[in-house]
Amino acid sequence: MTTDSTPPAGVLRPHAEQQYADELARLAEHDDRPRPPGWRLSPWAVTTYLMGGELPDGSRISPKYIGPRRLMEVAVATLATDRALLLLGVPGTAKTWVSEHLAAAVSGDSTLLVQGTAGTTEEAVRYGWNYARLLAEGPSEKALVESPLMKAMRTGAVARIEELTRMPGDVQDTLITILSEKTLPVPELGVEVQARKGFTVIATANDRDRGVNELSSALRRRFNTVVLPLPATAEEEVDIVARRVEQIGRALELPDAPAGLDEIRRVVTVFRELRAGLTDDGRTKLKSPSGTLSTAEAISVITNGLALAAHFGDGVLRAADVAGGIVGAVVQDPVSDRVAWQEYLETVVRERPGWQDFYRACREVS
Amino acid sequence: MSPSPPRPAGAVPDAAPAAPHAAGQAARRRAPDRGERAQVEVYGIRHHGPGSARAVRRALEEFKPEAVLIEGPPEADDLVDLAADPGMVPPVALLAYSPGRTPSADGAEATERRAAFWPFAEFSPEWQAIRYALEAGVPVRFCDLPAAHQLARQEPDADAGDPGPAGPEAPPSAEDGRPAAETPEGRDEPPEQDIRLDPLGWLARAAGYDDAERWWDDVVEHRGDGPSPFPAIAEAMTELRARLAALPEREHGPLPPGCLRREEQREAYMRRTLRRALKDGYERVAVVCGAWHVPALLEKVPAARDERTLRGLPKTKVAMTWVPWTHGRLADRSGYGAGVRSPGWYHHLFTSGDRPIERWLTEAARVLREEDLHVSSAHVIEAVRLAEALAALRGRPLAGLDEVTEAVRAVLCEGNELPVELIQRRMVVGERLGSVPERTPMVPLQRDLQAEQRRLRLKPSALDKEYDLDLRKALDLDRSRLLHRLRLLGVDWGVPQEAQGRSKGTFRESWTLMWRPEFDVELIEAGAWGTTVHGAAAARATAMAAQAATLAELTSLAERCLLADLGDALPAVMRALADRAAVDADVAHLMAALPALVRALRYGDVRGTPTGPLRTVVDGLVVRVCVGLPPAVTGLDDDASREMLGHIDAVHGALSLLGDDDHTARWLRTLRVLVDRDGDRAVHGLLEGRLTRLLLDAGRLDDVPDRMARAVSVGVAPDRAAAWVEGFLSGGGLLLVHDDDLLRLLDGWIAGLPADAFTAVLPLLRRTFGGYAAAERRAIGERVRRLDAAGPPAAARDDDIDAGRAAAAAATALRILGWEAPA
Repeated sequence: MTTDSTPPAGVLRPHAEQQYADELARLAEHDDRPRPPGWRLSPWAVTTYLMGGELPDGSRISPKYIGPRRLMEVAVATLATDRALLLLGVPGTAKTWVSEHLAAAVSGDSTLLVQGTAGTTEEAVRYGWNYARLLAEGPSEKALVESPLMKAMRTGAVARIEELTRMPGDVQDTLITILSEKTLPVPELGVEVQARKGFTVIATANDRDRGVNELSSALRRRFNTVVLPLPATAEEEVDIVARRVEQIGRALELPDAPAGLDEIRRVVTVFRELRAGLTDDGRTKLKSPSGTLSTAEAISVITNGLALAAHFGDGVLRAADVAGGIVGAVVQDPVSDRVAWQEYLETVVRERPGWQDFYRACREVS
Repeated sequence: MSPSPPRPAGAVPDAAPAAPHAAGQAARRRAPDRGERAQVEVYGIRHHGPGSARAVRRALEEFKPEAVLIEGPPEADDLVDLAADPGMVPPVALLAYSPGRTPSADGAEATERRAAFWPFAEFSPEWQAIRYALEAGVPVRFCDLPAAHQLARQEPDADAGDPGPAGPEAPPSAEDGRPAAETPEGRDEPPEQDIRLDPLGWLARAAGYDDAERWWDDVVEHRGDGPSPFPAIAEAMTELRARLAALPEREHGPLPPGCLRREEQREAYMRRTLRRALKDGYERVAVVCGAWHVPALLEKVPAARDERTLRGLPKTKVAMTWVPWTHGRLADRSGYGAGVRSPGWYHHLFTSGDRPIERWLTEAARVLREEDLHVSSAHVIEAVRLAEALAALRGRPLAGLDEVTEAVRAVLCEGNELPVELIQRRMVVGERLGSVPERTPMVPLQRDLQAEQRRLRLKPSALDKEYDLDLRKALDLDRSRLLHRLRLLGVDWGVPQEAQGRSKGTFRESWTLMWRPEFDVELIEAGAWGTTVHGAAAARATAMAAQAATLAELTSLAERCLLADLGDALPAVMRALADRAAVDADVAHLMAALPALVRALRYGDVRGTPTGPLRTVVDGLVVRVCVGLPPAVTGLDDDASREMLGHIDAVHGALSLLGDDDHTARWLRTLRVLVDRDGDRAVHGLLEGRLTRLLLDAGRLDDVPDRMARAVSVGVAPDRAAAWVEGFLSGGGLLLVHDDDLLRLLDGWIAGLPADAFTAVLPLLRRTFGGYAAAERRAIGERVRRLDAAGPPAAARDDDIDAGRAAAAAATALRILGWEAPA
């Protein structure tokens, strides 16, 4: 199991439990509330870890999720009742992010992960075989290759399933027994793995993908559902973007370029307006492009702009640095989205006071 | 707040002022001058708090008082017995109103209406106190400032800045023991958070809560059994009031001075009522009032000072009664509302003794199942577990509405918002409508309506319900009449719907019915008009007719009278209509009024309404129109002609609908006169063309081709000719398809136009022909092409039938029609 130790040097993206090992340790130190069996922290401390807060010794816990506290409380309470948790939301609403941090805080391990794709097989969910060994020694526990889920059951940890709805329906349904009986039989060996206390599953699924492989109602019933919303206000979204951009910049060791809050606000405004199909002042209707224009994309546009500014520009994030990224994010469909974008540029951006540089930069790259 | 047992403390209302009460010695005291025997307990409650209600009930059962005083209008003392009647089902409200004022007919009374409500739900502590007292057979008295003073204060000359009796007071949002005055002024609390404005907010913040409601819920409302919370509440309030009193005067800032004075008066009156109860010899007296008032009641204030406070208050005549109330009204924050966010939840908390969470979620599952949403018992089990885990996570003693709603959303509704809203509407607010017993004092109009409701099997309900009435059935017809009459009285219990997707037959009506508590006020006011719904509506209609300013108002009133079958009001309305028609110089008004009346006449026939008087008016109106029209059409410009054209068409259509030969003949004679005018007096080309066409269709003209030739001949200005053509051809070009002579005339006229004149009339022609259907235009075009060929029309072709081949089809057709096929 991955522990709280520091990640090997040069790792591109440390796991949550590695990156925030310090915070987790301090929380555990001050946590005197009852912990559910198998949990590293009490539910209260898990919520604090996610939402941020201050500890009695004055040290700060940084917020991981910016949004309604009640959603995180529902999520944590769900896990505490050993129910499975289904995080729903449109792309870019921090579903994966929340699931990783929940797993890290609850069981100190966010790596027990099954990625759902159209090609995910039952072996990935249950167990597979090391065929060389199987042939050489016959069926034995040594020849068994356990899935992350099986490992989580054995160790009483949180397993994560990403993009649950992309899995084929029959593979999804193998989860039903695991979630209701909390056991995984291995008929070949005549044994079974019974889940230890602390085992549960966090799955994420995409609202827009619902049609792909709709969950059977039997499976759906075993999940408590939390719908993660898009950020409620522009300020909240700016806050999220600024925070993440800073973290990513640090991780990528980008040269120190101050991410101008103004530029971030501008990108967030563009994304929000196009997403809603309405300008912020509520007076102009807009065409909505086909892309999701999520917060996550805004973050990547800004990060990309920062890299441009640091390496090729004068070190300050300017309109020209984000323009290319924005156009790329907005114009997904070369015909209809381009029309929407051009209309937006000419009717809204052009008129807006103080946006002239941005307008010119976008005109250049569009 | 650690609950502590009640402690006795020596104090008496009549006693001389002494040092301020020590905090904590609240809630109970002895009256020494009654031989140390008289005991007073003051229960500070939150209005409409289920926990308070339970605690009050328990405390009363333990204390066994000889008299119970309740915060409320003393005028209701005589009505309180009704609360024990099995027919009395909360939510109900005490209604105070100023009787005997005759409202004016035009609805202006709404602005000066004076009424106030004191709502009670099953879970209201006051209601529980009343029920306890009635069951135990001890007298109940209301001790708040009389409604006579409260209503009088809403006179315009009263303190303008005063937020009125609806003003904020403790406990904060559950502010409803106060009469919710009709005038919403003062409902919006100023943003500043003073102790006085939000005393519980202060306490909640001290306890580390950000939401006062939730704090109060946790410490009081969600308590199960246990020691009485009242001493602790009294202690806390005393502390708060002491703090507030210590503040410099100006820091009372956010509250207007009138409100503080009002509070002083109310508390003085409460003390006075308490003194009287003690004087009357009751030795154990319980007082149930808003928590904020507890310290004031326990304070030792000389009787003389209270008398001084209460001297010379303005007064008005007030009548009181019970009226049914709804949970929706309790939830509203404005107007008559009480600002209880979740009456349905509170009701549930109060009535379900054990396992409130489990019962609530089971009920929610049933509501969802009724809507065909699949929710299993397993869902409910998991929802209960989630709610409890959330409560534990948030450190609450018991899952509250927030936790339960989260559980409903995450488990029962699987993250879907829509069903959550359904639960919110059906359960959290809940559309419960109370009822009052038969013998409740009512104005005769209310009684009559009740009788009608029973007769017509229309039950008032707080949820909106659709009714489809078939006017051919006697019951449905009577229902329709009742609803129309109520609408005339301003009681919009039923709102007519546009029939959707169904045939527009005149014998169908769709209504949406929803009873709102304020209708009782409207009814009481309308009581001035009469004692029955029928009589009152007729009287109101008569009064409205006398005040109507325009002919259009009168015609619509006449229509409404017919719908409501108000035969007795109709003569008055008709007389007013006839009078108004006689003096109205503008024939256009008369013409505009006619179609509605004719419609009403025909519609009345369908409904079996006697329409005699209406007939007389229509007769008179037709004559007036025919007389007034010729002078009115002289010298009209283009726009005015176009407008007149619309009126003429409408009247013409109405007369066709009416089907009265005399009127039609008179109308056509009038038109004929107009058409024959010549020279300077000739009517506008548009009108003349149209009139010619109307007369042609009616078969009254045999020289139409000549007339057209004249109209489009060289001597006539091209624009007038074009207007004539437009008028003549408006409303369908089939005429041209079938009449070669006219077509040839038109064709010749257009072909002969000089170039510049052609350009001038082209837009008019385009407008005329553009209005035709494409098929008509094509047919006309084909006719024009054949005109040049000068060949005889192809009518002969039609005779070219092969009888042998048609025989089989003809025989089948005949058989279908039921005729014997020729052999």
